[in-house]
Amino acid sequence: METLGFLMDGFAVALTPYNLMFALFGAFAGTLIGCMPGLGPANGVAILIPLAFTLGLPPETAMILLTSVYAGAMYGGRISSILLNIPGDEPAMMTCLDGYPMARKGRAADALAISAIASFSGGLIGTVGLIMLAPVLAKFALSFGPAEYFALFLLAFATLGGITGKNPMKTVIAATLGIMISTVGIDISTGTQRYTFGVLELYEGIDFILAIVGLFAISELLFFVESRMGHGREKVSVGKLTLSFRELVSTIPTQLRGGVLGFISGVLPGAGASLGSFISYTLEKQVLGRKGRFGEGDIRGVVAPEAGNNGASSGALVPMLTLGVPGSGTTAVLLAMLISLNITPGPLMFTQNADIVWGVIAALLIGNVLLLLLNIPLVGVFVRLLSVPPMYLLPIVTMVAFVGIYSISNSTFDLYFMVAFGIAGYFLRKLEIPVVPIILGLLLGPEMEKNLGHALVLSDGDWSILWASTLAKSFWLVAGLSLVLPYLVGPLLRRRMNAAMKESPVSD
Amino acid sequence: MTIKRTLSLVAAATFSMSALAWQPSGKVECIAPSDPGGGWDFTCRSAGNVLRELGLIDGTVQTVNMAGAGGGVAFAHTVSKRAEDDQLIVAASTATTTRLAQKQFPGLNADMVNWVGALGADYGVIAVGKNSEYQDLNQLLDAVNENPKSVKFAGGSARGGWDHLKVLIAAKAAGADQLPSIPYLSYNNGGEAMTQVVGGQVDAFTGDLSEVTGFMASGDLRVLAVLADERLPGDFAHIPTAKEQGVDAVGPNWRGFYMPKGASQESKTYWANTVDTLYASEEWKKIMKANGLIPFHPPAGEFDSFVRQQVQDIEALSREIGLLK
Repeated sequence: METLGFLMDGFAVALTPYNLMFALFGAFAGTLIGCMPGLGPANGVAILIPLAFTLGLPPETAMILLTSVYAGAMYGGRISSILLNIPGDEPAMMTCLDGYPMARKGRAADALAISAIASFSGGLIGTVGLIMLAPVLAKFALSFGPAEYFALFLLAFATLGGITGKNPMKTVIAATLGIMISTVGIDISTGTQRYTFGVLELYEGIDFILAIVGLFAISELLFFVESRMGHGREKVSVGKLTLSFRELVSTIPTQLRGGVLGFISGVLPGAGASLGSFISYTLEKQVLGRKGRFGEGDIRGVVAPEAGNNGASSGALVPMLTLGVPGSGTTAVLLAMLISLNITPGPLMFTQNADIVWGVIAALLIGNVLLLLLNIPLVGVFVRLLSVPPMYLLPIVTMVAFVGIYSISNSTFDLYFMVAFGIAGYFLRKLEIPVVPIILGLLLGPEMEKNLGHALVLSDGDWSILWASTLAKSFWLVAGLSLVLPYLVGPLLRRRMNAAMKESPVSD
Repeated sequence: MTIKRTLSLVAAATFSMSALAWQPSGKVECIAPSDPGGGWDFTCRSAGNVLRELGLIDGTVQTVNMAGAGGGVAFAHTVSKRAEDDQLIVAASTATTTRLAQKQFPGLNADMVNWVGALGADYGVIAVGKNSEYQDLNQLLDAVNENPKSVKFAGGSARGGWDHLKVLIAAKAAGADQLPSIPYLSYNNGGEAMTQVVGGQVDAFTGDLSEVTGFMASGDLRVLAVLADERLPGDFAHIPTAKEQGVDAVGPNWRGFYMPKGASQESKTYWANTVDTLYASEEWKKIMKANGLIPFHPPAGEFDSFVRQQVQDIEALSREIGLLK
């Protein structure tokens, strides 16, 4: 009941006209970004971070804006999957399988409508799960000492390569790059400077916001400049809505199953939304067996992955908010934003920054309603925006990125760094080295190092403290499994997931 | 008649001019050597607001964020590029003096700027979890004296930073001799460190009073001592000082300003007086109360020597624990 009180306070924060306006804007921008092929939620959030700084938003508003973008991108991803058979982002891949056949049968409008509804129920289930689980987990997190945190971060790294990574070696390279970048600056456990070469600007280390905006947003711009400058996409017609109420009701069990499964896979660190949509789709196929016509435009084949990926997107917020361990690339970006707003995720945040946590959670609920309202009547607008030539969007995004980063610290040094990261990101992505592990390495590496040091100080140098407690042991076990399992089931999953892929999007 | 009035007006104008002496005209800048949202940013923005409200400044005070090197970038900027700027103040605190003392701004020292004045302080505290065996500061420090490794401290600054130094100041005052052996776990901020102490993973917390108010009110944290000269006013009156427990340790984290060394003498006098007026105003008292700042304001003229003394003390202590060679 305590939770309910907090949630009501959260609504009071999220429902102020100012915050509501940003939630609406975020939901709209997120959907738009989500439906652009190649632009996933992580890029979407990364592109809007500078905007939050440019406008000088207060922390709760900034977080509401970014979570709305996140939720919106999860909705938007389905639009191009259904209409163009090109997933807007990786989690939307599974939606192609039945969404595109439905569109070809002339039921594009139905597929878009039902997937919006499925996204809504998935998002709702996920957010309710978040509300119930997060405060409990936050209290539990108090019993985490340095040894447990160390094992947990190890687990996060172990799951990195996991299911979505195409080449485990490249994931390891990317994570190592991230950790290497993170060692620049003062080492807090000894108070000495590392790799700063007497350059004052490097003393506090490299700001991960710079790395994120560079690696995601700037490199994305370079990709646009290279390949898609000039012309937009051809217009696609959506057709008339023929979805019947009975058909809608018949998908409810699918929606529930998808949402719950998605939420669970979202909570697991490293798995994220792609796994959520994949598992939901596969399970649905198995539950219904021959009764369904999956792959040929079965409506439940659209509902399951959409409910799954939106459930997962809320689920991924649970470990991020309670433990400070991001469950996916997008939550890593959100975590970086929280840290640069001087807010430390973890149990303390639920008491000391209750207005922000619960404001964000309430905004997720409100955002889902807004998104449903936006996505059913306005779907035509998004479809039309899909054909806007990038030459109009490009300069806007560039300008916002530069102004925003400059307004954080008024330093041109930071701008050079951002551009350098952008160019590096461009080449890394050309080499098919994923950029999400770089961010995770950058965020988690120092934490892992710090907790290892602390654990050893507490135990007077006895390494066995790292696996002394039951909790730590179980993290080690899961970490071990996450390293081994992908080699057993990974190739199978990946082959199936990639079957629907034509254009390779950035991972979630 | 008209001429007479005009003359008297001119006279009055001349008189008021000489009374006010030098005054900044146009834009005044306050550099906050951090990202928006930190303590220095707060100092600049709230001082700027009150200066305008009180009419002490004609225009506005523009806060410029210049993060980097824990204040080093702004310090270097002031010394090298703004050395004669009359209209510039820079926010500073004990963190600035700590880094100066430990030579963390290469080639720069405290003599290169003019220290204007302080606007209050956040006093250091030492606290333990509610289930801790230690009931007062002496029990805790006795345990440290007996075996330096027996009490593990957690704080929000890097090793050698201000939170760490507070432990050492207290331990030294209580007669501990093996200062470098006292375990100190550094976290990214006070909040993270406190979570570990409340959760029972680490024995004691070192930080500033404003950080512990939440957990102190909820009863999760027991504050053993505040490192102030005498008991603090208001809600904090129940916290014993280290001094009254026989440990002569004081640790104010002051907030204030410095300005360029080469600025004109008139402007230096103006800023010292203005900070005095600002500090004495009702508006500022409200801000201090709302943000957990405790009165701390060495009289004009003494602030400079206070800062130098603090730098010297920290330097000596850092040498003792081997942070400085």
